[in-house]
Amino acid sequence: MSVADAVALVRNVSPRSLRVWERNRDVYFVTWKTNLFPPLAEPILYLMAFGAGVGALVKQVQYRGEMVGYTAFIAPGLLATQVMFQAFFETTYNTFVRMHYQRTFDAIITTPLSLEDVMAGELLWGATKGAIGTALMMLAISAFGLLHYPHALLIVPFSLLGGLFFAGLGLCFTGLVPQIDSFNFPTFLFIMPMFLFSGTFFPLEVLPRWAQNLANALPLTHVANVMRELGFGRVPRDLVWDLLYLLVLALPLNVLGIHLMKRRLVK
Amino acid sequence: MPPVIEAHGLTKRYGSLTAVDAVDFTIDAGECYGFLGPNGAGKTSTVKMIHCSSPITAGDLRVFDLDVREQPRSIKQRIGVCQQEDTLDPDFSVRKNLTVFGRYFGIPARQAGERSRELLEFMGLWERRDARIRELSGGLKRRLAIARALVNEPDLLILDEPTTGLDPQSRHQVWDRVRTLRRQGKTILLTTHYMDEAQTLCDRLVIMDHGRILVEGPPADLVRTRVGREVVEVWGFPPALVAHVREQGWSFEADTHRLWIYTDSGEDVFEAIARRFPSEGCTVRMAGLEDLFLKLTGRELRE
Repeated sequence: MSVADAVALVRNVSPRSLRVWERNRDVYFVTWKTNLFPPLAEPILYLMAFGAGVGALVKQVQYRGEMVGYTAFIAPGLLATQVMFQAFFETTYNTFVRMHYQRTFDAIITTPLSLEDVMAGELLWGATKGAIGTALMMLAISAFGLLHYPHALLIVPFSLLGGLFFAGLGLCFTGLVPQIDSFNFPTFLFIMPMFLFSGTFFPLEVLPRWAQNLANALPLTHVANVMRELGFGRVPRDLVWDLLYLLVLALPLNVLGIHLMKRRLVK
Repeated sequence: MPPVIEAHGLTKRYGSLTAVDAVDFTIDAGECYGFLGPNGAGKTSTVKMIHCSSPITAGDLRVFDLDVREQPRSIKQRIGVCQQEDTLDPDFSVRKNLTVFGRYFGIPARQAGERSRELLEFMGLWERRDARIRELSGGLKRRLAIARALVNEPDLLILDEPTTGLDPQSRHQVWDRVRTLRRQGKTILLTTHYMDEAQTLCDRLVIMDHGRILVEGPPADLVRTRVGREVVEVWGFPPALVAHVREQGWSFEADTHRLWIYTDSGEDVFEAIARRFPSEGCTVRMAGLEDLFLKLTGRELRE
């Protein structure tokens, strides 16, 4: 993909992409029961297992030079993983179902929407779903008193950016995979390692220097850093750097995702 | 008034496969125009280029006097497409499928709601407006897909194999609605591999095979000029008959069991052969589109 291709793709995105976002939102409301349940129930399970279980062994962890309760430490980490899972699985499995099984996109591109509009709508929706999941999970976590407001409220708009990153990553794979089962590879090669090694369940300080550097290269680490600081009621120390990392990578990743989908669908 | 669709040297290649091979055709406002052809003839590839879902490889294609390469959005705003595969939204109700589709065209919610009601009534689906898609039969789904294609009050309606896979009752219901739309003056482009469908619905049609247009014209004229008025069909015949037919210079086709003689005077041919060449059966009937189709595209099996 050349720069000219990328510019042409972006120029084909219009405000009509919001119609696709609305379509997906409407489906979300129709199927709301199955959608609301996981982000509300999931943190309760995690907090019970890790908070009450592991937390009984590890009462406190050292994080950035201070001692923090273990449950309080993992709570914002769970929010970060939620953004990733919601956005990535939306633009992988769910987008694939719409593309391949429901042929939704075939129908929409016969209307005034371009394929680029459709994909931009999918990406926006993926990011939105990340934010919705995060907000719902915050409700459950707040019930345990583990988030400090009003700073924690900023987690919601920030999750849109994190969501956009993982939605873009997901769409790239959807443009590439031969069949829906193939998503197992990116899931277990990228998503699960990030889930575990992005400063979500333990402070990265405990790792050797090289492993810390590796973890700092992972996008989820930056999402988790910002969310944890906000959740603790502070302005994140490396906020500018974290935001820059996500923004600078999210944009080309999203354009690449649209490009790969167009290559796949327009014959 | 410029034609609704104008194609010159229109070509579509997928890698080394040429699906549409430099075809020319013109579709005028208010006519029902058919693309008839076996599977793989290039009908759907042509249609996809018309609704701007597939870029053209070469040639020129103008819809509403607009270039498909330059103004796809303006073209798509004015066409309605009913695709071959089921592309309805399974998570929405019947009615919601129409209103969501209306949104893609920028139709305000209220207007889309009213329009949906009209269309569902027209298609005999109003009673099922709250049903989910998976509760609908194949025939109802197809009628809904046609209703959806009309939501933007298109100047051109494209129906890609609208009755493939439907039972006879459903086919007739679809035909009935298409005829009504035709009477109302809607321009319709229809692809099909059913002869009766093409014959009954189309004002003009082309027969396509291997990406090329073989003939073009009103179906009855095509049959009369290319086949003749009547067909004498003979089966279980002695080999000498074939030699005789050849000698007479009659236009004919044969496979292992059957012989078709195309003629304007079926009775005379029948009289001439029935006694001299005793066979298991011999009949005279009106020539139809199927005779023309098989004459042009051959009788070998397609994928």
